[in-house]
Amino acid sequence: MPKYQLTYKPYGERAILIEWPSIISEAILYDILAFKKAILKDKQEEGVELNSAYRSLIVIFKDTSIDFKKQIHYFKNIYTSLKKEHRQHYKLWKIPVCYHPDFGIDLECLSQEKKISIESIIEAHTKGLYTVYFIGFLPGFLYLGGLDELLWIPRKGTPRLTIEKGSVGIGGNQTGIYPKESPGGWNIIGNAPIDFFNIQNDIPCFASPGDKIQCIPISKKEHQDVKILVEAGVYQIESEVIHD
Amino acid sequence: MIKVLKAGFYSSIQDFGRSGYQAYGVPVSGVMDKQAAILANSLLGNPEDAPVIEMTMAGDSLEFQIDTHICITGADMSPKLDRISIDLCKIIKVNKGNVLTFGTLKFGFRSYVAVLGGIKLEIVMGSGSMYKDITTSYKLNKGDEVSIGEPNTQLIEQHASLRVDVSYIKSKDINAFKGPEFDMLSKQQQSELFSKEYTVSKNNNRMAYQLQEPLENSLEPIITSSVLPGTVQLTPSGNLIILMRDCQTTGGYPRILQLEEKSISILAQKYTNQVIRFCLVN
Repeated sequence: MPKYQLTYKPYGERAILIEWPSIISEAILYDILAFKKAILKDKQEEGVELNSAYRSLIVIFKDTSIDFKKQIHYFKNIYTSLKKEHRQHYKLWKIPVCYHPDFGIDLECLSQEKKISIESIIEAHTKGLYTVYFIGFLPGFLYLGGLDELLWIPRKGTPRLTIEKGSVGIGGNQTGIYPKESPGGWNIIGNAPIDFFNIQNDIPCFASPGDKIQCIPISKKEHQDVKILVEAGVYQIESEVIHD
Repeated sequence: MIKVLKAGFYSSIQDFGRSGYQAYGVPVSGVMDKQAAILANSLLGNPEDAPVIEMTMAGDSLEFQIDTHICITGADMSPKLDRISIDLCKIIKVNKGNVLTFGTLKFGFRSYVAVLGGIKLEIVMGSGSMYKDITTSYKLNKGDEVSIGEPNTQLIEQHASLRVDVSYIKSKDINAFKGPEFDMLSKQQQSELFSKEYTVSKNNNRMAYQLQEPLENSLEPIITSSVLPGTVQLTPSGNLIILMRDCQTTGGYPRILQLEEKSISILAQKYTNQVIRFCLVN
C-alpha cells in the first residue's frame, strides 16, 4: 500500500522528478529508498540513474527520447504495488571526531552564544545518531538529520574562505562534515581525520542513504594516529549493524 | 603526443562526463558545448564522445609530436597551424613538429580541438573529464603532454564543399522547459522571464552562468533537492543562476527552468555582457 501522495514531473528532456510531501522525515526517506530499490530492480539494464534527496527521487534516462506519460504511468504502478517494508536493521558508522579547541574553532563562541558548557556541547553532539539522508553539495558530503535542538545555531554571517578537510560543523539545524577543504559558513566544532570520499574505491563513499552516523570523541593524539592510518590506506572505520 | 607550449585562458580535456556518480555528490562535468564536440569528433570519424580539448576565450599553443589529423569547432579563435590560418569544421592534416596557435576571438567563447583517435587520458569513474580533486589535474598547463589514442577507423576524406551550420553559436534564444518549481512563480514573473532579455554577468564559468538582471522574487529556498546541468535557479535575492556542466548535484533554490540540451551549447558560447532570451518549450 502506498503511503504518500506523490507528484511526478518531467525535468528537462531526459529526467523525471518524483516528489514526496514537503517535509523532512525518516519515514519519507525509507519510502523513497524502497521505491528507488524497486525501480532499480526493474530498470537496471536500461542504465537509468536514480538519485534521491530529502523528499525527492530523480530518474535520469540515457537518452532524450522518453515517452514521459508512459514512464510516469509505469512508475506509478511500481509505487502502488510496493509492499510495506519494515526496516529491520541499519548500519551504524562510528566516526572518530576530535573536539580539541585547535579543531573546534567555534566551540567557545557556540558555548557563549548558547550559554552551555563546551563539555555539554560535545556530549550532546556525540550522543546523537545522525541519519544519512543523501550525499550532495561536495563529493562525499553527507546530509545528516537528527541534530539535538540544543545545538541549533545559524550559519556564520560571513562564510570562511577555507574550512579544513574533515571539519565537523553545525549550520542551522544540521550537522555535517566537510569531505574536503572548502569555503563554508558552518560553525566548526571538531575534526574527523577520515576520508568521506575516496576515488580509489569502486564505491567512493562508505555511507549510503538510510545509514546512521555517530561521532566518537577522540583525543588530539588519537586524531593524529588515525590520520596516519588513513593516509596509509589501512584505517578501518568501525561499523555495526543495528537491529530495530 | 601533443605538448602544451603555452597555456590558454582556461583549457581542459573533456568527454561527455561521468554519469552514475551524482549519488556520491560528484558533478557530471563534460564538454560545455556538446554540439561542437560531437561535430569535431564526427568529422574525424571518432566516437562522438571521444575526449577533446576545450579552450575558453583564448587558446593554447600546441606542438604536435606526431603526424595526425585534427578538427577545430565551436568558437572562432583564429586558429593557425605554423602561422598559416586554418579553417574551422574541416579536417586539418598536421605534421610532426607543427605548432597550433590561436589568436583573436572572433565569435563564440569555447573552442574544441579533436584529434584523430581521440585524446587518451586517465579514466576516473568512467570519464576522462578533468575536474578538481577527481582527476589529477583540472586544466591544461604549460609543459603538459597529452597522449593520443589509436584511431579505430580509416579517415574518411571530407568533401570540400561540405558546409556545416554553426549559427547556433551566435543565437541568443535559449530554449527551456518549465522547471519543477516554475508554477511557484507569479503570472507576472513568468511573463517577465520570457519577455525580457538577460545579460550574462562576469560570474560565468564551467559551474554556472549568473545573469545580471534580477527577477523580483519572494520565493523561499526549497528543501534541498537534485539539480542538473541546465537548471535555472532563482535565489531569494532574485538572482538567476544557470547551472552548467560542473555544477553541484543538489541545490536549495527554486528550479524555475530547465534548459534544452542544445541550448546549454548555445549558452556555453556566451561570455560577459552578451545577451540571451528565454523561450518556453512545451
